[in-house]
Amino acid sequence: MATVNIKIEGVSYQVEAGLTILEAAKKCGYEIPSLCAFNHGECSNGSCRVCLVEVKGARGLVASCVYPVNEGMEISISSPRAAEARRASVELLLSNHNKDCQQCDKNGQCELLHVASVTGAREGRYQGTKTPVTIDQLTPSIIRDTSKCILCGRCVARCQNAHGMGILGFENRGFQTIVAPAENRSFADSPCILCGQCVSVCPTGALMEKSEIGKVDAAMKAGKHVVVQTAPAVRAALGEEFGMPVGTAVTGKMVAALKRLGFAKVYDTNFAADLTIMEEGTELLGRIQNGGVLPMITSCSPGWVNYAEYNYGDLLDHLSSCKSPHQMQGAILKSYYAEKNGIDPKDIFVVSIMPCTAKKDEKERSQMERDGIKDVDAVLTTRELAKMIKRAGILFTRLPDEEFDQDLMGTYTGAGVIFGVTGGVMEAALRTVYYVLTGKEHDAIAFEAVRGFEGIREASIDINGMTVNVAIAHGMKNAKVLLDDIRAGKSKYHFIEIMGCPGGCIAGGGQPIVRSCFLPHEDDDILDTYKEKRAKALYSEDERQTLRQSHKNPQIQKLYDEFLGKPNSHKAHELLHTTYAARVGFND
Amino acid sequence: MAHISEAGVKKINEICDRYAGEKTPLMMILSDIQNEYGYIPLEVQQIVSKKTGISVAEIYGVVTFYSFFSLEPKGKYVIGCCLGTACYVKGAQQIIDKFSEILGIKPGETTKDGLFTLDALRCIGACGIAPAVTINGKVYPKMTVDSVAGVVEEYRAMGGAN
Repeated sequence: MATVNIKIEGVSYQVEAGLTILEAAKKCGYEIPSLCAFNHGECSNGSCRVCLVEVKGARGLVASCVYPVNEGMEISISSPRAAEARRASVELLLSNHNKDCQQCDKNGQCELLHVASVTGAREGRYQGTKTPVTIDQLTPSIIRDTSKCILCGRCVARCQNAHGMGILGFENRGFQTIVAPAENRSFADSPCILCGQCVSVCPTGALMEKSEIGKVDAAMKAGKHVVVQTAPAVRAALGEEFGMPVGTAVTGKMVAALKRLGFAKVYDTNFAADLTIMEEGTELLGRIQNGGVLPMITSCSPGWVNYAEYNYGDLLDHLSSCKSPHQMQGAILKSYYAEKNGIDPKDIFVVSIMPCTAKKDEKERSQMERDGIKDVDAVLTTRELAKMIKRAGILFTRLPDEEFDQDLMGTYTGAGVIFGVTGGVMEAALRTVYYVLTGKEHDAIAFEAVRGFEGIREASIDINGMTVNVAIAHGMKNAKVLLDDIRAGKSKYHFIEIMGCPGGCIAGGGQPIVRSCFLPHEDDDILDTYKEKRAKALYSEDERQTLRQSHKNPQIQKLYDEFLGKPNSHKAHELLHTTYAARVGFND
Repeated sequence: MAHISEAGVKKINEICDRYAGEKTPLMMILSDIQNEYGYIPLEVQQIVSKKTGISVAEIYGVVTFYSFFSLEPKGKYVIGCCLGTACYVKGAQQIIDKFSEILGIKPGETTKDGLFTLDALRCIGACGIAPAVTINGKVYPKMTVDSVAGVVEEYRAMGGAN
């Protein structure tokens, strides 16, 4: 590793060559305030001017996020000239900002407020006109409010990096500049897949999920039978909202909190993940044995489903017809559960706690209801659940560990838990498919080959003399590679897992945001490591389960015996399967 | 994409192909399309996006950043009044106002008959002959308010003829 010698405030350090001043300073124990710089240059336009520092001999102050260190460089962060300039930069940003901070959903996690506090910016020094405002709240998932946008470009970079889509871009020039989909359209009128990755990098409240807490309140007030279910990835991240270390699994406390929030029943979507495996695994075997359309692709991720409908309308036959797990669980709650408990399905209100913003949109799809009754009535992100818990005054860290309700759909297997991480659905499916084809369990249980965070992974598994070729992709940029191969007739796979968000649901657009400045007890490189830490929380929970294969879940077996018949039965199709339709990206 | 003919799509793809080897071809592609069609609507941007892999939002951003590119069809004669510093102190504002008055349009707009578009330009580098006006590339040096009407008439006389 080539190094250079630098001085910060007169103290000598040896740092890696090629780093920016901002990165080098961090390694030396300095946090220079910054907004547009994000995650090792994923975004660094040098545009926000919040990270200005003084470098001896340089012509003016330099933007530390784009200025590389070099031999003998002498840097001052504390110099009054630099400190004053940083404060002025923040004040200029604030002068064109909608400062309704106390009503803003981002309150408490706003990086602009953070740097304002750090730099000592005071409101009101600069007054003037403001950029014309657009508020887009047409989709069920995401609200874009340009009055809070500081034009840092992180969302633009993220959409491009994660998906190669670039839905958002800079438009117009000068004071009229905004970040928006082309023509300043709504996300609803663009090919946006609503994954929420842009939301998870936005430093302010310019991009936020559309909250549905009010809907849940209204249902409770109206005396509905309000049942809640939680996706696997939520437990791996919820604790972060309450200061717990990244990677802490908080399953028991989460259940305890939900019970205290007044939900009639608290279930785990993992039950339906097991159900998904039964349905999807059976579908896959059917396709392999009967010469059906292959490769089959998973359909759990609504962001991915949106992408497929917008961009690969010709390949929709490849998608599994299975609904995503929380939709399945909703459908079972409003049929089997309703029947068993003698409750009118119309009186049941199903709330899904999801790491995802696209799920908010998914539940509104016309295919996701029966006789005018929706499978799922409200979707809250992990962040929204944290807000509800805080609102109720619950001290989360002091909660005891409690268990999900056990009746009807209370048990789940380790296979369901790992749905939350890229490769998890594939692994869960392989565990069961292996059993169905060979009549015995796979020795290792864990299929290590499909784990990890490589953008595209593949494996060949020998089952009873048959080689099953599988692949996994997460982030649409990676998915595109596999899809283009299918389109060209070159794909060798039987089964492909695709997740919309890079890393899978653990890093979904509805998960707690990860920022060093709000996580003082985490390592500096937390943005590099949080996915692995959250994934580890899920893999450990899988290992702790006595049941680790979906087909072993006794309540799933009972559900088939008593209600559905067998996997892919007529009734199962009616309740648990769905259809897709090609869509035009920029509709008129 | 219903509004663009097959031949149009072919032409746009051809323009993109001209710069296939370039590292950053977007400006050149858009420039050629602007010259060929006089404007670059979203449908055309989508074709360019599909061909080049550059996102529609990025293309739209470039089109709206540079005033040379236009989202709307421009008139047959594009009148560009320089409002750069030198022209401005020599009275360019009065000249563009006069064009506005005679044509009945604001800067950036096109007359209903599609004959004229009036554009306000930043410095075009012709400060020595300020105030300068360009019409479809032809430069009119040292314009005066009184000469505006005559210039407009000159083009009106040519009318829609090619």
